[in-house]
Amino acid sequence: MSGSFTKTMARNIFYGGSVFFILLFLALTFDTSKALPQRDNRAVITEQVARGKMVWEENNCIGCHTLLGEGAYFAPELGNVYKRYGNSKEAIIGFIKSRPKEGIPGRRSMPQFNLSDDDLNALADFLKYTSEINTANWPPNIQG
Amino acid sequence: MKYQSQAVAKPYFIAAIGLFVGQILFGLILGLQYVWGDFLFPEIPFNVARMVHTNLLIVWLLFGFMGAAYYMVPEETETELHSPKLALVLFWVFLVAGALTVLGYLLVPYATLAEMTGNSILPTMGREFLEQPTITTIGIVVVALGFLYNISLTVLKGRKTVISWILLLGLWGLAVMFLFSFYNPDNLVLDKYYWWWVVHLWVEGVWELIMASIMAFILIKVTGVDREVIEKWLYVIIAMALITGIIGTGHHYYWIGTPEYWQWWGSLFSALEPLPFFMMVIFAFNMINQRRRDHPNKPATLWAMGTAVMAFLGAGVWGFMHTLAPVNYYTHGTQITAAHGHMAFYGAYAMIVLAIISYAMPILRGREAANSVKSQVLEMWAFWLMTVSMVFITLFLTGAGILQVWLQRVSDTPMSFMVAQDRIAIFYWMREVSGTVFLIGLVLYIWSFFVGGEERKLVPMAGGVGAASSPAMRRVD
Repeated sequence: MSGSFTKTMARNIFYGGSVFFILLFLALTFDTSKALPQRDNRAVITEQVARGKMVWEENNCIGCHTLLGEGAYFAPELGNVYKRYGNSKEAIIGFIKSRPKEGIPGRRSMPQFNLSDDDLNALADFLKYTSEINTANWPPNIQG
Repeated sequence: MKYQSQAVAKPYFIAAIGLFVGQILFGLILGLQYVWGDFLFPEIPFNVARMVHTNLLIVWLLFGFMGAAYYMVPEETETELHSPKLALVLFWVFLVAGALTVLGYLLVPYATLAEMTGNSILPTMGREFLEQPTITTIGIVVVALGFLYNISLTVLKGRKTVISWILLLGLWGLAVMFLFSFYNPDNLVLDKYYWWWVVHLWVEGVWELIMASIMAFILIKVTGVDREVIEKWLYVIIAMALITGIIGTGHHYYWIGTPEYWQWWGSLFSALEPLPFFMMVIFAFNMINQRRRDHPNKPATLWAMGTAVMAFLGAGVWGFMHTLAPVNYYTHGTQITAAHGHMAFYGAYAMIVLAIISYAMPILRGREAANSVKSQVLEMWAFWLMTVSMVFITLFLTGAGILQVWLQRVSDTPMSFMVAQDRIAIFYWMREVSGTVFLIGLVLYIWSFFVGGEERKLVPMAGGVGAASSPAMRRVD
């Protein structure tokens, strides 16, 4: 780099630029928090949904699946699984319950988690809530 | 070794390499499970192996960063470390806590681990990369604070250089952003929004400060170029990294319930994120061209150049490939993401840690500057095997990803996820073969530490390449 561009100038760009963009990021975050109630479906977050999220987390579902496109890429997207299963909580519960303990020879299979009926119900409620978040029309189709 | 206390870096580097081996072994298990679905099922299901794979990665990089700091800071500040004893105590605390956590993942079902460690009191578990039990998460904070205390006091009492200052800033940033892992609201959108403050603002934010300062340190050592020049580059690169990377967080806010204006902010700024990586390539090659000495440690220079190039390809090019919102609409959460993740993490972070290990380890082992020629040749073989096989892993995952996007999301008759996965299995097989070559490279790498022979000595600066063609090359601007 040329001699007229000094280290002090470089340093000032670093500090000035960083501070400016941190503040901009915080401002956007503030605006986002104000906009979220209209998009994030928070009205339906009941105790049941919160418990469902806990079941989701404590069984590490994200270790295989994606949820709104984030997670592992080994098993199907579940952000829209409620809709994919015909808006049916029962279908979700039935699938999770029916997983064979020893897996399926040669194929990927979801483990049998032995969840209680209450946990299954809560998990399905959580997935229903998730499917109703406004995700700007993502995923492109029902397959996730 | 100029300062006695730099010696504490050695166990950190050894632990980093050991955990790296574990990470790769679990990577191979995962790769096999992609095509042989019930491999090790139900003993080690995919989610458990993946947790081990990604958490080992994070922990070995943290060991590497801490080792790098313990090695670099005394030399930069020209003073002994504040407390070498504290550094060693924290080493064992971190290693034992990490080992217990991994054993927990492997030996009991995750739900049981959550129950045993009281996750319901302060729920933090079960989120990607932050799967650690809450008690481990607290432990990480304690270790990080002890480490920062030690490093900060050392920097405060000694010579202040830009490199040690930027390193310190990056390390503090790492610790501060990690605190967001304690925030886990019931609202999934908020959870995801702030989860990225840990994940994105680490790898596309403060970690780049750490990486750039390690790079600058190595380049000063191996090229002998004037510190003023290097530090100016360092400032410009990290300025670009933060200016693009902070708002670049927006490329994670397209489809998780956040307002749609993020598609503009995220696309615009993250499209510029390759810039700092590109500048790092120019920087590394320029400094090496302007070198005033031929350092006898060839692999260290190779790793430094390799880091710049692979970080640019993996983080820059592969990141750009799917960062624009209209493209990301189709690629989000597919094997394209996996492809990018692999090359970016290897190129930017695994390689920078291997670079500082390559530079520092011979000195920590009592050599003047470098290993024997035989050992260096072996290490360079390891470099090429690992790096080239990572390129192929990335290419095969990219192929898998493009097909997946087409079959599952773009074609007129979209297939279900599992049917599409079956169709692209050939790419997963080829990825697994590349992964095996990577492991061979890693074995050679470790072997290179045990190859003896006569060490290569430092050539005095005056006799170096740069001096011969100076003074034109002795730019001090």
